[in-house]
Amino acid sequence: MLMRSAARRAAPLVLTVLAIAVAACGKKTPPVARAVPPPSTTAAGSPAVTPRVPPPPEAVPDPAVVPPEPVREDSIASASLDDLNRNSPIKPVFFEYDSSEITSEGKGILDANAAALKKYPSWTITIEGHSDERGTAEYNLALGERRAVAARAYLVSLGIPGERLRTVSYGKEFPFDPGHDDAAWSKNRRAHFVITAK
Amino acid sequence: MNRILHTIGAVSIAAGLAIVVVSARSQQPPPASEQPPVPPQQPGEIGTVITADGGAQTRIAVPDFIALSNDAETDRVAKTIAQVLFDDLNFEHDYALIPRDTYATIPSAKTFEDVPLARWRELGADAVVVGTVQKTAAGILVQVRLFDARRPDQRQQAFGKEYSGSAANPRSYGHAISDEIHLVQRNLHGVARTKIAFASDRDGERVGGTIESRNVKEIYISDYDGANQRRVTTGRSLNIQPNWSPDAKSIAYTSYRNRDGLPNIFISHIYQGLLDQFPKAPEQTFQPSWSPDGTRIAFWSTRDGNPEIYVANRDGTNVRRLTNNGGIDQSPTWSPNGTQIAFISDRTGTPQVWVMGTDGLGLRKVTSESYADRPTWSPAPYNEIAYTARTGPGFDIKVIELASGQIRQFTFGEGTNESPAWAPNGRHLAFTSTRSGKVQVFVIDRAGKNLKQITNVGNNEKPDWSK
Repeated sequence: MLMRSAARRAAPLVLTVLAIAVAACGKKTPPVARAVPPPSTTAAGSPAVTPRVPPPPEAVPDPAVVPPEPVREDSIASASLDDLNRNSPIKPVFFEYDSSEITSEGKGILDANAAALKKYPSWTITIEGHSDERGTAEYNLALGERRAVAARAYLVSLGIPGERLRTVSYGKEFPFDPGHDDAAWSKNRRAHFVITAK
Repeated sequence: MNRILHTIGAVSIAAGLAIVVVSARSQQPPPASEQPPVPPQQPGEIGTVITADGGAQTRIAVPDFIALSNDAETDRVAKTIAQVLFDDLNFEHDYALIPRDTYATIPSAKTFEDVPLARWRELGADAVVVGTVQKTAAGILVQVRLFDARRPDQRQQAFGKEYSGSAANPRSYGHAISDEIHLVQRNLHGVARTKIAFASDRDGERVGGTIESRNVKEIYISDYDGANQRRVTTGRSLNIQPNWSPDAKSIAYTSYRNRDGLPNIFISHIYQGLLDQFPKAPEQTFQPSWSPDGTRIAFWSTRDGNPEIYVANRDGTNVRRLTNNGGIDQSPTWSPNGTQIAFISDRTGTPQVWVMGTDGLGLRKVTSESYADRPTWSPAPYNEIAYTARTGPGFDIKVIELASGQIRQFTFGEGTNESPAWAPNGRHLAFTSTRSGKVQVFVIDRAGKNLKQITNVGNNEKPDWSK
């Protein structure tokens, strides 16, 4: 059956389809995991099987006067998704013209990406496949998909679970560099990694 | 639920078209209002199909319509209808239109009775379209006659119609009259009332949920001549690859609007304000193509791990896979009778146009280009496939005639040219070109002449022509 999300307007020319959040679309999206709060013995949101005995009042821990020296991992773990993606430890991989083969340079980048994904095992990633503007719109969508799939396969071969890696092709949409020369094209033929949950 | 939706839809469509044919009247003067309505015009009753002598193209004049109400708006409407009608008739190249700037010496008629047919004949006209526009309580009343100028003294009318409706879109009267004249006089299905859908980034709106600077693309429609461009989606994401339903009331397209980021097929019922989506697959789904009877939609998807062609019912149920190989299979398009599908496959190494039955059998490769994309099958009686072919650094539009294998090229390296789409009568192609800078939609006739740019703002891509 179709999912029908409807909107209508009283205006005589009903030409605009209203954007409606599709009701079921969150189903497959992994929940965005928040950074775990400081350890607490409170059983927040405990399941119903827990006897409803009110917990004894707890001592509120004094705030630490001097926070521990933040190590790099902590700053990554506490960053927002947008901040993470702005300065992502998961680097893009670039491709030759009309090719979805992972280059030796690309393998080096993917090795580092795999290491980062092992360090943060809760992260899920969307691998976006992109092409430069020289191909045609439709075939580039398939070529972009091949690039994303190639990057995904390599990461899986390094032990990253496939469930953490979704592929989406954009073809020649959303170029990284809007230029029309070799330099721009080489930046646009890429598999780009977006952290979607952490 | 269905009834409510249906009612709303009907109202919207009526408002959108703004024209009601109230009656078809016989060609005999005078006075038309006393003639009984003759619903569909019968060629036998009209008795006159105006053709030029000696097999030459029929020469036709379209002077400004006569404003029967004395106000500026009626005057403007009368001029607009005539100009649009002139352009519409000219578009199909079935008549030779006598240029409107040569009419100045001919006295303007005040009624149908005083049209100076002898003078029009002197100008070389075989036929003259004369119309009147009159204000009414509800809007305007437009009457039109096609006079035979070959024997001016007989004052023969070959066509007579009356339209009433809103004055808001006078262009639509010109379109309706043109289609009617082409149909009744030439047995030709004109395209004056068809529309072209395309994807555009002209709003410069940003995609949400990304740190990169990314502009949305939304689906737009325009009249076939580029007038009345308007947006029909608000997906606020990538919305591409529009494809009209055969009844021209719905547009299927690929949208990335779902929160999971996976592209899927959406269907906007543009006159109802309703939006449907295919059942969500765990993978990507692209590029819908309606079957000619409107019951099925072909598309391609990576749901089985590799780009393959599928066919589903129009609501996305009953999915059947048609291709099965390790190459890329994509860009499906139906043959006019719905028994075959042309598509792109790179199973031999490079992307080429292939054809198969709708059961996936009977595969054959059609092109031997260095690279081909986006086939689109012509309507009958032509049996041709238009496609994009790499011809150098860029791409050009080609058409292959299936029976003979003969290939015609429509563009020749002026920018890069992609995404051909046939007019529903097969007499024109829409496509995109970068020849004027950004990506714009152009229209060209099937002889490769009379190129016209119909979009100007932003990038406009992946046109599809309504039936």
